[in-house]
Amino acid sequence: MPKDTTIKSVLVIGSGPIVIGQACEFDYSGTQAIKALRREGIRVSLVNSNPATIMTDPDYADRTYVEPLVPEMLEQILKRERPDALLPTVGGQTGLNMAVELSRRGVLDRLGVRLIGASRKAIEIGEDRRLFKEAMTRVGLDLPRSGFAKSLDEALEVLSHTDLPSVIRPSFTLGGAGGGIAYNIEEFEDLVSRGLDLSPIGEILIEESVLGWKEYELEVMRDGADNFVVICSIENFDPMGIHTGDSVTVAPAQTLTDREYQAMRNAARRVIGEVGVETGGSNIQFAVNPADGRMVVIEMNPRVSRSSALASKATGFPIAKIAALLAIGYRLDEIRNDITRVTPASFEPAIDYVVVKIPRWAFEKFRDASTTLGTQMKSVGEVMAIGRTFKEALQKGLRGLEIGADGFYRKDLDDDRIKEKLLTPDPDRIFYVKRALDLAWSHADVCRATGIDPWFIDQIQQIVDMERRLGPEAGADDWRAAKRMGFSDARLARLVGSKEQDIRDRRKRAGIMPVFKRVDTCAAEFVSYTPYMYSTYETECEAETTDRRKIVILGSGPNRIGQGIEFDYCCCHAAFAFREAGYETIMINCNPETVSTDYDTSDRLYFEPLTFEDVMNVIELEKPEGVVIQFGGQTPLKLALPLQRAGVKILGTSPDAIDLAEDRKRFSALLGDLGIPQPESGTALSIGEAKEVANSIGYPVLVRPSYVLGGRAMAIVHTEEQLDRYAREAVNASPEHPILIDRFLEDAYEVDVDAVADGERVVIGGIMQHIEGAGVHSGDSAAVLPTFKISDEHLAKIRDDTRRLGRALGVRGLMNIQFAIKDDVVYVLEVNPRASRTTPFVSKATGVPLAKVAALVVAGRGLAEQGITSDLDVKRIFIKESVFPFLKFPGTDILLGPEMKSTGEVMGVSSDFGIAFAKSQAAAGFEIPMAGTVFVSVNDFDKEGVLPLARDLSKMGLRIVATRGTAEFLKERGVPVESVNKVHEGRPNVVDLIKNRQIQIVFNTPLGRESFDDDRPIRKAATLHGVLIVTTLTAAAATVQAIRAMRERFFDVLSLQEIYES
Amino acid sequence: MNEKVPRAVLALEDGRLFEGRSFGRPGEACGEVVFNTAITGYQEVLTDPSYAGQIVAMTYPHVGNYGVNPEDVESVRPQVAGFVVREISTVSSSWRASGELNRYLEQFGIVGISEIDTRALTRHLRTHGAKRGVISSILLDRDALIARARASRSMLGLDLAREVTCVEPYIIEGEGAAASPLRVVAYDFGVKRNILRMMAAAGCEVTVVPAMTSAEQVLALRPNGVFLSNGPGDPEPCAYAIEATRRLMATGLPIFGICLGHQILGLACGGRTFKLKFGHRGANHPVKNLATGKFEITSQNHGFAVEPKLFEEHDFVLTHVNLNDETVEGFRHRTLPVFSVQYHPEASPGPHDSHYLFREFITLMRQHRRD
Repeated sequence: MPKDTTIKSVLVIGSGPIVIGQACEFDYSGTQAIKALRREGIRVSLVNSNPATIMTDPDYADRTYVEPLVPEMLEQILKRERPDALLPTVGGQTGLNMAVELSRRGVLDRLGVRLIGASRKAIEIGEDRRLFKEAMTRVGLDLPRSGFAKSLDEALEVLSHTDLPSVIRPSFTLGGAGGGIAYNIEEFEDLVSRGLDLSPIGEILIEESVLGWKEYELEVMRDGADNFVVICSIENFDPMGIHTGDSVTVAPAQTLTDREYQAMRNAARRVIGEVGVETGGSNIQFAVNPADGRMVVIEMNPRVSRSSALASKATGFPIAKIAALLAIGYRLDEIRNDITRVTPASFEPAIDYVVVKIPRWAFEKFRDASTTLGTQMKSVGEVMAIGRTFKEALQKGLRGLEIGADGFYRKDLDDDRIKEKLLTPDPDRIFYVKRALDLAWSHADVCRATGIDPWFIDQIQQIVDMERRLGPEAGADDWRAAKRMGFSDARLARLVGSKEQDIRDRRKRAGIMPVFKRVDTCAAEFVSYTPYMYSTYETECEAETTDRRKIVILGSGPNRIGQGIEFDYCCCHAAFAFREAGYETIMINCNPETVSTDYDTSDRLYFEPLTFEDVMNVIELEKPEGVVIQFGGQTPLKLALPLQRAGVKILGTSPDAIDLAEDRKRFSALLGDLGIPQPESGTALSIGEAKEVANSIGYPVLVRPSYVLGGRAMAIVHTEEQLDRYAREAVNASPEHPILIDRFLEDAYEVDVDAVADGERVVIGGIMQHIEGAGVHSGDSAAVLPTFKISDEHLAKIRDDTRRLGRALGVRGLMNIQFAIKDDVVYVLEVNPRASRTTPFVSKATGVPLAKVAALVVAGRGLAEQGITSDLDVKRIFIKESVFPFLKFPGTDILLGPEMKSTGEVMGVSSDFGIAFAKSQAAAGFEIPMAGTVFVSVNDFDKEGVLPLARDLSKMGLRIVATRGTAEFLKERGVPVESVNKVHEGRPNVVDLIKNRQIQIVFNTPLGRESFDDDRPIRKAATLHGVLIVTTLTAAAATVQAIRAMRERFFDVLSLQEIYES
Repeated sequence: MNEKVPRAVLALEDGRLFEGRSFGRPGEACGEVVFNTAITGYQEVLTDPSYAGQIVAMTYPHVGNYGVNPEDVESVRPQVAGFVVREISTVSSSWRASGELNRYLEQFGIVGISEIDTRALTRHLRTHGAKRGVISSILLDRDALIARARASRSMLGLDLAREVTCVEPYIIEGEGAAASPLRVVAYDFGVKRNILRMMAAAGCEVTVVPAMTSAEQVLALRPNGVFLSNGPGDPEPCAYAIEATRRLMATGLPIFGICLGHQILGLACGGRTFKLKFGHRGANHPVKNLATGKFEITSQNHGFAVEPKLFEEHDFVLTHVNLNDETVEGFRHRTLPVFSVQYHPEASPGPHDSHYLFREFITLMRQHRRD
């Protein structure tokens, strides 16, 4: 079946903002799909609310809509574009949900749009556990015993024949949200009621626990002629019970005989056939009882997924691209394998190395959240590592995590807690497994406590044994053996009490050097034309370097809060720009979710941890003209000085300028010289000093440890007592850990500026005003472009300061400055002469790819030469809103503060502020209601401010309820308001109203410790029930404006291309 | 890796040397060095008689992870001349494991070498073709080893089926105990057990006969069909089998050939065979079924192939093609109930996509049943 020529245009749905469980792997998949479709001459339109994606770059699709992923908006887009087909399978669960909804509403039929990639039936079977169970039973496959319930009584009935421990899974939630394992009846009842609440259809599945069973995944593909291939098998190091997104996973499967593997493959074939995925990729999960081999099907996703992105990177087989081609009618044997060029895509990749994926968590951001891992995913990112053995890959992966471990070692382990840590999985468990083996625990005991397969335990034992072998008398053979096992130089240095550089010199003298091998889909059976490589300690190097002019780009490593897709976006643009400028581009990165690690993005890809050692290995081999570090965020930044010291040329803004901007003393001196105001500040090396500094500046103050990412451990303190607690508990202030103390500019407006400079000229890409005021981390605040409340005079000052700072720092490339305006003074808060989180947002708003422009500057093409000489402008109002993972961390408060907590962002665009804001909220998952009841509870400072808002809402016909204090205040000023009980004032109280869905919006601005604790149940209830909750006055004002706008006009949709042309 | 483990060397006839560590039985072994890209199924590979005379290198680096067991065997013992891996597992993890791979090979006297850059070896064989080689843990002198590799016998023109075939005929009863089961006579050129298992599972009564059995002896068993098995070595010197096949074809009996059996059938039909540069060995080769247009992922193990010139003859129809290199993977006779495939529909190891071929053989036998 060749290409279906009746499909001439396709709408692709992206996955929206980065959230836990749905991250940049869908940018990778979507980008591949779009590229593949366009190469086939198909007109592609795209909708995705996430501006930080490569796929939403205007060059990719013919029409790009950065609009909320809600059915109403999609319907409008379909009406405008009238595509022949809709491809939802590269947009995660969001894409599938949208497709089902559009189909249910009859929109697709009405507009004559075909669903391709997966049918509605297939999507429904994949997602609805009841249908799935029926389907599996039809084809004779075994599943865990289970039953559905729509009430607690029904749940207890099911429990009577499935038994505790029991797994509870709400139907139709993202990334397994709200699921869990109950070990006792109390936990069971809790999980059941939460699950029933969270499921959009009020239904849960209760399942026999297969806890501790071996967990496997198969990534499979099927074409329209019923041809079927397995792309990759994955074995979870962590057994069943931990979400696969939170498990260390290994490809290929390590402990299955061919007989069991083929049984699984046959089952997968039946699953995909029965679910009815006619074209495309699917992920199918299995559990195997280690005692007797009983195999059960756990679930299947009829779409590309996190695991398929991993499988693509692990094998070199581009699943999403092939899936897109299958969706338009091609058969697998009609598609070429890009890597071998001569063989077709109708095969099963053979790999001759081991791939390990390790999740990256961000619990330090959510201190009240439980760190125990279970069936609900909690990690925010991941690293992948490739080695010739599991040991090598695992150790490379661990050092790639950037958690301060230079390999398989953490110094903060508590030997008294080993047993507990092995029994209850959390992010530290793997380190405790090794520690237990260090302390001579038996393998059987470790296996029993963790459920981890003995083969993996033995591999870790070999690492432990090797550490013991490495004494002062170790010889070259020992060092070579250690390097072959994946030990880093830094780790070896720690083991023998030496320095990393000494180890490096010593092993180089002994001729112990890595080689680079290729990922080629075929275990070297055929020649590979794609330089996609990993390092290992073997005998033959396949790098085949060229003598072209080349530049190395350092990627951004695993996603974390504060370091996400935005930086990968910038790295990709750097690669595109250098290629355009005639350089060979070389990417080094270790994050398998990204576009930057697609073998298509750069000329050469090294899938390596971003450590000094691993990066230097590539640099010494490739001998590039220089290395670019300004696009990948903090990760490459940390390497700037060590690389420079090793004689590596850093291109663009000098590491010294970056250091000048980061070093408080040097930076203050610079601002002083330029006469630019800065909030008063000081550094304290002890608690006593901290109090002195704070007293001289005056409370409230902003405190943080020096050199932090994403505002980690940053806080606003109002009293000396709070300062004392902070200095003691949060940062443990000492001469090694100084605390930085700044005057906190209360109620100031905050502004972010992104600019690009070439050493002479500084061009401002955008000046964004934050909606949340000072005190909310810029990465968490909503931001508006252009500014909406800043005087021309202040804007002129901002522009002037930006230019002067750019020139003073000698910026060559990107820079970001944060300003605050208070009492008519424009302060500079910080300058970062490198790519920022807002770079992609500004690029989408202006239509100018700032990162690419900056990279061309670095490559030697000045701004004038690029025709970019004046500050950029926007033709609409663009609002960036942040998206938070609070739902995944029950128990954490949703209040925003100076510590960044968001995982992703969306963009709302319109010619009207209110509509743009409403769109940004809808895209973030909060549709602003136009009618209903608003609950208002604000602190005393905000009462005056909330008055006009309440008045407006009331005039628009919304009902207002408030707690007693706020209610009296409003009533006295003539606003009709009803009062409601606070939580401790008796029932029914406000939480009851929220649960009964009698409240549609919550305005809650707390202040001070007392109020905090009191309001938490309100915020928690609102979050859990998806009620719009607004915690700052400025956001409340924007919300009111949005309601007004929405009552007057509809949401309009317009593609970026049309906006730029208007 | 471990200093206590003795060193070993793999030397190729062209002078390329790989240093590693000994496992299995210490000592020396010669053979044709080939690589297999299957990720699972090392025990099936080791015990497949088609690997007789060959030193097999596994491209997947971890081997031995799930140990060995009494079920996953294709013959009574390991058949390879030698075994090359990157890393041999020190533990066995499987509920079915009855022992460790290292110990198993030692017990059967198979010489192994680990810690080898098997990817470099594979690339070498891919570029320069399959090579004769020697593994040794006793003699580590480079020149002497290379000389030994050069002195070892070449696969070309080598009749190995004669060496691995059974001595006496034996019968395998069909499962399900039908009143009059289909009787298959299976030529054993080095037959894999799973082929016999599959025919027996389909209810056939299988009489396995030695490679040298004449057509008359076969006909005396009054079979409903004849099966030509897989096996090692070059098909051309197997004149006895080619001749017997030719005579059996003339009787109109259904005949099904696999691998060496397919090559022998090709020669019996007047075709020619040739040695591939480095062969096909693995579990991921796509083969297109020209009748259905669909492809199947196949298990393969062959160093020789049938020349496509055969299909210029009107009587023979190409049925299966390898999608990687377009070599012949299967054919049938236009009028006689005779067909064969180059690959291994019995899998073991490998995907089960091609099991249907056994059903086709059984259908043919039913259609042509005369008793």
